[in-house]
Formats: sequence, structure tokens, C-alpha cells
Amino acid sequence: MTEPLLHLRDVHTHIGPYHILHGVDLAIPQGELTVLLGRNGAGKTTTLRTIMGLWQASSGQIRFDGRDITAASTPDIARSGIAYVPEAMGIFTDLTVRENIVLAARSGPVDKARLDWMLGLFPALKRFWNLPAGNLSGGQKQMLAIARAISEPRRLLLIDEPTKGLAPVMVRSMIEAFKALKAAGETILLVEQNFHAASALGDNVAVMDDGRIVHSGRMSELVADKTLQQRLLGLSLDAHQ
Amino acid sequence: MSDMAAPSTAPDELPRAKTDWLPLLLIPALGLLTLPFVGSPSTWVTLTVAGLAMGMMIFLMASGLTLVFGLMDIINFGHGVFISLGAYATLIVLGPLSGWAQADSLGLNLALLALCILAAMAVTGVVGAVFERVIVRPVYGSHLKQILVTMGGLIVAEQAIHAIWGASPIPIPLPQSLRGAFVLGDIVMERYRVVAVAIGLVVFIGMQLLLNRTRIGLLIRAGVENPEMVEALGYRIRRLFVSVFVAGSALAGLGGVMWAFYRQTLTAGMGMEVMVLVFIVIIIGGLGSVGGCFVGSILVALVANYVGFIEPKLALISNILVMALVLIWRPQGLFPVARR
Amino acid sequence: MSSSPALALPFDETRRRGGIMSRVLSSDLPRSKALTVILLGILLLLAATPFLFSGSQPVSTAAKICVFIVLVASYDLLLGYSGIVSFAHTMFFGIGGYGIAIALERLGATWGSVLIGLAAALALSAFLAVAIGLLSLRVRAIFFSMITLAVASAAAVLASQLSNVTGGEDGLSFQLPQALRPAFRLLSEPVFGTAVNGRLLAYYLVFFVSLLVFLGLLRIVNSPFGRVLQAIRENEFRAEALGYRVVAYRTAASVISALAATIAGALMALWLRYNGPDTTLSFSIMIDILLMVVIGGMGTMYGAVIGAALFVLAQSYLQVLMGAGSAALAGIPLLPNLIHPDRWLLWLGALFIISVYAFPGGIVGRLRQARQ
Ligand SMILES: Nc1ncnc2c1ncn2[C@@H]1O[C@H](COP(=O)(O)OP(=O)(O)OP(=O)(O)O)[C@@H](O)[C@H]1O
Ligand SMILES: [Mg+2]
Repeated sequence: MTEPLLHLRDVHTHIGPYHILHGVDLAIPQGELTVLLGRNGAGKTTTLRTIMGLWQASSGQIRFDGRDITAASTPDIARSGIAYVPEAMGIFTDLTVRENIVLAARSGPVDKARLDWMLGLFPALKRFWNLPAGNLSGGQKQMLAIARAISEPRRLLLIDEPTKGLAPVMVRSMIEAFKALKAAGETILLVEQNFHAASALGDNVAVMDDGRIVHSGRMSELVADKTLQQRLLGLSLDAHQ
Repeated sequence: MSDMAAPSTAPDELPRAKTDWLPLLLIPALGLLTLPFVGSPSTWVTLTVAGLAMGMMIFLMASGLTLVFGLMDIINFGHGVFISLGAYATLIVLGPLSGWAQADSLGLNLALLALCILAAMAVTGVVGAVFERVIVRPVYGSHLKQILVTMGGLIVAEQAIHAIWGASPIPIPLPQSLRGAFVLGDIVMERYRVVAVAIGLVVFIGMQLLLNRTRIGLLIRAGVENPEMVEALGYRIRRLFVSVFVAGSALAGLGGVMWAFYRQTLTAGMGMEVMVLVFIVIIIGGLGSVGGCFVGSILVALVANYVGFIEPKLALISNILVMALVLIWRPQGLFPVARR
Repeated sequence: MSSSPALALPFDETRRRGGIMSRVLSSDLPRSKALTVILLGILLLLAATPFLFSGSQPVSTAAKICVFIVLVASYDLLLGYSGIVSFAHTMFFGIGGYGIAIALERLGATWGSVLIGLAAALALSAFLAVAIGLLSLRVRAIFFSMITLAVASAAAVLASQLSNVTGGEDGLSFQLPQALRPAFRLLSEPVFGTAVNGRLLAYYLVFFVSLLVFLGLLRIVNSPFGRVLQAIRENEFRAEALGYRVVAYRTAASVISALAATIAGALMALWLRYNGPDTTLSFSIMIDILLMVVIGGMGTMYGAVIGAALFVLAQSYLQVLMGAGSAALAGIPLLPNLIHPDRWLLWLGALFIISVYAFPGGIVGRLRQARQ
């Protein structure tokens, strides 16, 4: 078995005096989509932020592409090829859609083929190209956030709850977009509460509770195993409803 | 920006961006409203030019601070130091080149002013870099410590100015051809004020171009809104911040030069004296908003000038009233910048 | 401010209970032998100054120390205990001074005027403190310092503009009630060689009122109210989540602190028989207060005593020393300038910065740490 692209070993994170992650172990294989499930407050966002270096892990190790990034700074982690779409999307509302994407493509102008591909995934962005991004609807902002993440080639995408608060139509088109990203060979770590979307997209699944990974495996196994689903997702969906 | 091609298909229908005109309308409204109270239109023009000149100077001094504020959430109460220091730095140039000031040649006089500005910006830029490193950097994240420490920096720097240049006020005369006034019919406009307005406008337009047309500018605007996301995109915001801090200090130095020639005296406390106005402008403009800072500066200065003419006793508290009114109308300032 | 070990903890296990001393000090004992000795020394010296030293300079210095202890302690309630940085403290100090000055000048030199002036000043201070609190309610917390700075400077300008009421830049001189005038003799014979006259009574009025207000402030910071303030300082959001109305508590702290500063201003004016912009209102006094509270020790109350005593003494006597040093170094470039007596603020400013970085508990924090 080859080494996973991203590997967290026994990662602990403190936020101020609070101990939030209690030893997270997680492996993200290259070229696949891994879904991170877990009820509210389980520590999913904290895990992504710790990977990005936005919180500092207090112990444990995070390896990316064979390199130890546990103590690296956020810009360095981003430069090593990880794109992050935060739960709040992090859109620069004062900048236009175009300017948002210009900034995200750090290494230079977006080439035309990539731009066409991106806008093919999210046609709405094209219409609002020169409009301040603050004017976009929630769903359009989410599209922009993901477009920003893929505005140049990346090794890994970390995406936090992209379907949160979206209408069912939007959720469906979001699922289509992710399928296209998968087809393009992107490696993705996706936090997703919507089990329907998660099961449609995931190759692998990891379930978190109380700052730990309590289950990880193939998504197909979880979909097939009703009792496991009951045990984990009862836990996963309780707080959600 | 030629950074990226437009999308290949023509945009079908573009909803118009909503521009917030209301705060901008305040300025002409204020002008019209005060006209009848001032009485004579020529006096009104003189007051307006004076107000605009003062507003531009305040803008120069405040613009850097509002960005530093917005970008890193740093409160720098020591910003006034750079104003004073910029003012005193003119002495470096005025000493050896005092002949240029007396010469009745607009070219030489303006060149002298330009040299003063360059010297001031160089000095305040360097001191700004040191100030950031020594005073500000150790106290990121704690507003209370920032206020205290930058206040301490202010005390020390003012005293250092006293130690170097002496504690008594130093007169600095305006260059010959900038004295006096332009007279058009019965309208009197002091020359220096016109120069101040011109310089202020040039800097404002330059800043707007920088902020809107360059990558650095986009980064600054993005950083004011969400510094964490800027880092997550792979930019080292610290470097950006240091350059903004240095540029902001240099702009304060520029403002200090203009302010010094306006008052024609140097005192170490002159920076702290205008800081009150600077803070008011930042508050009513909206933290981190250069446009708001510009509108706020002009608003405050115009009100001070009009009220100073109509009811002199009220002039200096008129700023507080303006601030209170604006905050009641828009608690986040005229042009609030969306934040984290 | 983040939790720093040198600051007083809301619940201190080492605190002993019982005893009159403990009750007078609201169970907030100095907790350091050296500190206890220094505080007792200051207390005794202040109490006995008129009998220990001759001439008017030492008594004036002592009176100034008393007033500044109250002023700085009340500022510490805001800065150290509530984590609020206000620059309007001298405004309240000035209101107290002007209240007394205007009342005594206009209404005649009687005790009734003193009371009226003080009451009016307290009312105005309370009103302004609430108004500033409410205005800052609407804006981001970090605007508070800037708003107070603006309001205080407006007040200073106003005081100098309204010269027919306040005397403008010249200030107001006035007569004190009979019993406080130098010519008044309480006893015909001197005690320990010191005449028991109105001046002496005035000094003890300043001394005892200051002592009372200081003990009152000590009581407040050690009450449940004071604990909530400290909880808010440590973590505003958590305090809010626990159901405390943060804004109400902060405004209350501002009002209490403003009232104490007003009393200090009244005492200052009574002692000087004069009030003007330079004695109570100026921004440089605000800077002095900051220096005193930080160097003495934020959030300790006793820091105010040490900071005020040290600062006022330095102001009166250190400059003489520096003058000698400066004269000795004459001829060397810049150096004599740096230790010129007028440059003493340069060194205090540097000490201030170092304090904030290295020992945020100030001198009191240091002394308490040394004990452990
Ligand atoms: N800034 C913070 N300070 C203190 N505690 C925090 C902070 N951010 C998160 N937490 C706590 O950390 C825990 C994990 O939060 P996290 O946001 O990682 O959960 P999550 O799994 O993403 O939840 P959700 O599904 O609601 O987004 C929660 O208990 C939360 O209260
Ligand atoms: Mg989350």
C-alpha cells in the first residue's frame, strides 16, 4: 500500500484552555474523495483548521506528501498545494468575483482552459464576474469559494460543509460539481453532514465524535452495513435534526 | 488588470453593483446647508477651500492608520509620533537649503517642499519599521497592551524629539511663493491650501489606483476583510502588514510636513494633538476603509471650518457631535468593511 | 489582557481570613512582606508628614500623593480590573476640581458651597460616564479608548473656551471655608512644633478622604461585583455566556471610577485653592496616571499607592538629581540632553514599555512574586 497523501497521527489540538482534538488519526489516499462525518461540535472544522495550520496542533504529527507540516505556517501549507474552503466560505465580499479568483490563483494568471472548466462547473459565476462578491447569494458564494480552491492545480482540497444551508436544487448541482472534480482526479477531504450527498460522493469515510475518529473505512461498506450505519449515523445525525 | 482573460462567453445580464452614495452626498449637502448661515458666497468659498485643505491633511495622516487598524486589528496610539517626526524631519532639508525657501521662484520652492516630503517620508518610514518591530510586534492579539505600549512609544518618541531638537517650538516659514493668496474677484484662497488640496488629491487617487488595480492592493483589501483567508490562500500576511505599516507611517510623515507648514511651527506634541481628529475620522469613516477615511476627513474638516466661522466656541466640539451623529446613523462608520 | 500570573486572581486561595486588618482591607492583604512594609511606610509617612518635615513643599507633595493615590486607584478599577482603557479619566478629575472651584467662587467660601459643588460635579460625572458607556455600546469595543480620548479633549477645549465660567487658561483661584484657611487656629499652641491651623486641617481632610475612598475602592474590587469585572476582563464571551450583562457591568465600573476621580479632583482643588486646565484637565496628567498605574502594578490597587508615591516623589525630587547629572556631563553631545531634568519622562516612558512587556504586574506583581 502506498503512503497516503495526507496523514494525521494522534493529533491533539487545544484552543486556548480547551482541549478539542483528542488524538485524531486520519489517512487521506491520493486521488480519492474522503468524507468526514460527525455530529455538531465533533471537531471536524477544528481538524481542517489544524491541517491548515490555523490552529496549531499541540502534539501528534501531520504529514503531507511525505513532508512533516505539523508546525508549518498557514501560507507554507497552502503553498505546498492544499486549498481550503472554510465553513464560512471566506469570500472577500468587497472584491469582485474576478478579483477573488485572481487572488486565489497565486502563481499567476489562470489559464484559459482551466477558467472555462471552472466556469463550466459553476456557470452562475460568469454572470456576476465583475460584481462585488458580497452581492452573491449563499449558494453562489459557495460556488465561488470552491472555484477559488481550484483556480490553479492543487494537490488536496479541504472543503468544509459545502451544502450547508443550500436548497435541494443547489445541493444536487453541488454534487454534480464534486463528481466532475473527482473525475478530474482531485484529492478531496470533504466535511459533509448530508448523508445522501456524502454517500453519493465518498470513496472513503471517516466518522468523528468528541475529537476522535471513531470509524474509518470504505464508503461502500458503510452504505451496505445497516447496523454500523445505525450506530454511527444515529450518532451522526442526532444533533443534526 | 491584465491578470486574467474575461470568461469566454459574454456575460448575459449583469446586475448593477450597488454603490453606497449616501455618505458621499453628505459633503455637498453640508456645503449647501451652511451657505445661508455663512452669508457671503465668497467667504463660503474661502471656508470651503480651507476645510478641504485641512481635510486632505487629516486624510494623509489617517489613511495609513486605518489600514493598519483594519488589516491587523492593531490599535496604534503612537501614530501621532510619525506626524511630529515627519514635521521635524523638514529641518534636515530646511537647514542646508534655507536659500531655496527665500528664493522667489515657484520651481525652487516646490522642489524644496518635495525634498522636505521625501526626507520626512524616508525618516518616518524607517522609524515606522523599527516601531513595528520593537513596540508593536510583541503585543499582537492584546488590544489593552497595544494601547499601553504604543502610548509608551509615543511618550518616549516625543521626549526623544525634545532631546534632539530641543523642547521649545520651532518656527518654520512657508517658502516664499507659497505664501499669500490667490484672489479671484472677492474670493480669497490661500495658496498653500490649494497646494495641500492638490497633494491630498494626488495621494488619494494614487491610493485608490493601488488598492483597486494592483495585486498588492487587492491583497490589502482582502486582508482587511479576512486576514486568515488571505493566509490560507498562501500569502504571508505579515510581510504585507509590515509594508502597510511602513507606508502608513510614511504617509503620516507626509501629513506631518503639510501640517507643519500649515501651522508654521513645530512642537513635539503636534502629532498627538491632531490624533484626536484622526481617530474621529477613522471611527466615522469605518475601520479599514480608505474611502471612508477620505470622506470622513473632509466632513470633519468642513464642519470644523463652517462651525468655526458661524459659532467659533462650538468649533472644537463640533467634531464630537459629528462623530456621535454618524455613529447613531451608522454604528460601524460611513463605509463599514465586512469583517471576520 | 490574557491571564498573567502577576495579576490578582479572582479567587485567591492564599488569602487569609479574619482580623480587623483583613476586614478593613476587604481580605485583600498585600501578600508580600516587602510590600506590607512599604505600604505601611507610605501610610505612616503620609499620616505624619506635617509633623515630620518643615516647610510647605513636603506637605504639598504628600497631599498630591494622597490625591493621586485615589485618582490612580480609581483608574486601576477600569484598566486593571475591567480591562478598559479610558482616556477620559482626567475629564472626571477636572470636573471635580471645577465643581469645587466654581461653587466656592460663585457661592461664597462656605461648607455648603463645597457640598453643592461636589454634588453637582458627581452628578455631571455620573451622567457623562453613562453617556460614554451608552455611546460605546453601539460601536466596537476597541473604539472605546478613541472615543474617550476625543470626548476628553473636547472637554478640555470646552473648559478653556468657557472662560467666564471656568476662568479659561488661567483657571480659578478661590477662598476656602474659614476652617481650612491658613489663618484659622484650631489650637493656640503648636503640637510637636507644628501649628494646628487651617492648612493642617485641609491636609488631614485630603488624607482621610483619600484613605476612605481608597479603602472603598478596595472593597469594591473584592466584592462579587469586582469578581465579575475580572471574569469579564479574562473572557468577555464566556462571561456573557454565563449570563452577565457585560455592558452593564462595564458601565457601572466606569461610573464608579469616574465618581472616585471626581472626588480626587475636588480634593486637589481644595488643597491648591485653585483649579485650572494644567492641574486637573490636561492630557499630560492622563499620561502620568497611565505611568503610575502600570509601573505600580495594574489590577492590584496597592500598585496605585506605590505608583503614585514613587511618581510624585520622582517628579518633585528626581529632577534635581538629573539636573546635577546633566551638568556633570556638559560638553558631551546629546548625553546631557538625555538626562536633562526635563527628560525624565523619557526614562519613565521606557520603564513603562518594559513594564508592560516584562512585568505586567508592575512593582506590586514583582514584590509578590519575589515572596514565592
Ligand atoms: N474558537 C473556539 N474557542 C473555543 N472553543 C471552540 C472554538 N472553536 C470551536 N470550539 C469548540 O470545539 C469543538 C469542536 O468544534 P468544531 O467547530 O470543530 O466542530 P464541528 O464538528 O465542525 O461542528 P459543526 O458540525 O457544528 O460545524 C466544539 O465543542 C466547539 O465548541
Ligand atoms: Mg464545523
